[in-house]
Amino acid sequence: MNVLLDFIASVPWGLMTAAIAKTLFLIFLVVLPLVSYTVYAERRVSALIQDRVGPNRTGFPTSLLGFQKDLQLFLGGLGQPVADAMKFMLKEEFTPGHVNKVYFWLAPILAMVPALSTLAVVPFGNFMLGQKMVVADVNVGILYVFAVASIGVYGIVIAGWSSNSKYPFLGGIRASSQMISYELSLGLSAVPVLMLIGNLNLSEVIQYQINNGWLLVPFTNGVFTLKKLVLWGPIAISFIVFTISMFAETNRLPFDLPESETELVAGYHTEYSAMKFALFFLGEYAAMIVGSSLIVVLFLGGWHLPLLPMNTIESSETLPGAILGLIHISVFFAKVAALLFLFIWIRWTLPRFRFDQLMKLGWLYLFEIALANIFLTAAILALWK
Amino acid sequence: MAYTVRRPNLTFWEKLYLPTIASGLAITLKHLRKMLMGETKVTMQYPEEKWDSELPEYYRGAPTLVKDDHERERCVACQLCEFICPPRAITITPGELPSENRFAKVEKFPKEFQIDMTRCIYCGLCEEVCPEQAIYLRKDYAITGENRAEMIHHKAKLYELGGTMPDLVHKWNPDK
Repeated sequence: MNVLLDFIASVPWGLMTAAIAKTLFLIFLVVLPLVSYTVYAERRVSALIQDRVGPNRTGFPTSLLGFQKDLQLFLGGLGQPVADAMKFMLKEEFTPGHVNKVYFWLAPILAMVPALSTLAVVPFGNFMLGQKMVVADVNVGILYVFAVASIGVYGIVIAGWSSNSKYPFLGGIRASSQMISYELSLGLSAVPVLMLIGNLNLSEVIQYQINNGWLLVPFTNGVFTLKKLVLWGPIAISFIVFTISMFAETNRLPFDLPESETELVAGYHTEYSAMKFALFFLGEYAAMIVGSSLIVVLFLGGWHLPLLPMNTIESSETLPGAILGLIHISVFFAKVAALLFLFIWIRWTLPRFRFDQLMKLGWLYLFEIALANIFLTAAILALWK
Repeated sequence: MAYTVRRPNLTFWEKLYLPTIASGLAITLKHLRKMLMGETKVTMQYPEEKWDSELPEYYRGAPTLVKDDHERERCVACQLCEFICPPRAITITPGELPSENRFAKVEKFPKEFQIDMTRCIYCGLCEEVCPEQAIYLRKDYAITGENRAEMIHHKAKLYELGGTMPDLVHKWNPDK
């Protein structure tokens, strides 16, 4: 009994409550709405790029409350994600008879959970209400991201295998080989950044960029040095390789071979419907958001905006400090949203790669470039004390 | 006969991929911008915009029954339309006109005239075959209903949609 009481007493309840509150805020107030509106943006932007109109009808059904018309906000169709979610919830939860039921139910969870768990180490703001705006400020930040994100491939592989039908199976096989190949260049392309900063903690990565300028835009701190200019070369290569690998990791076009509609019907989620399908869908977009936040943290200065004043942990408990903290969070998610637009924009521009081209690009080009880039950065850093 | 498609010789910049990707992105962005500026012509926004005023004369909408200038129903229940109707959408129940009726020499009239709009294919054969010029395809196209029963147009509805069409034939006009 005493052991139990001691244990309860030893738990840092304040810290835990704060972490849970931050998790709930991040997942339910930021990421899930962002996911559903990314889906809407995807449909709308794709329509506009293809000279169509896109979903512009679904408003908020105020007519159910007795008003004359549904509420239509500026672009129209902003109620579409809500309607989509309702549809997914109301559909029949159908499990085909020929599947391996345990794994069939496990796979959508495995697709969604890693994407959301990686968000734990991403710092999405400075300070708010006396709290640092990161759920888990751990020293192995980026390592944790790569470790957990690579679990995401299991969701797809298990879905493909347990569906017990040919298209999901092919999709699952493609996904595993593709994601494993591109994880290499993803990890290697982040190494130059970490060599330069010397810290795996993502908050420290941002702190370095505040002091020394964003990595990709190196003069945001107003100090011009030749060393930064020389280092910008390898960092830019790093950024390009990292971004391309991130596209492949999240199975986005031009690398969406695991679900390429034209050949594989819908790839690994062919046999899925209703909420299980929605989880795959949400997992894919959540992974996109995580990927974008990683790019923002590593290369684009995270929540930092030049000339915007900082708040401290003390000042964030007052109103102006809290507002400043909120602005920092908005800056972070504005950068993420810009990158999401890039994801969507590229999807509707480029055709899909052939599978051998995909493998060739991953193993013969990106891997080598990322590897050579490490040595280049190391040489610059060693010669230029 | 098999033949070889020559691969285009790519320049160095094209082999780098990235510049060509950038030019592709520029093209899609141009389309996006033109759509946002409203410079691209897009499809008609149906319930708000309609093409009704520009429907051509020969437009084939819902089949209707018409009356002549004496408010007499033209249909004499000859059932030719019922027999020609390819999807068998028309059902006529003929009745006899009583001898004291002003138009008694017509002999027959439709007691009930049903057109099942879930079956109608708007082919216009009923209009073509009608010897009395009593059935016409008008310009109504938004025929809706909440169940199958509502989709069957009965006589009253058909006359309501058709209205009168005067001065075509004066066959049954006792004055002429």
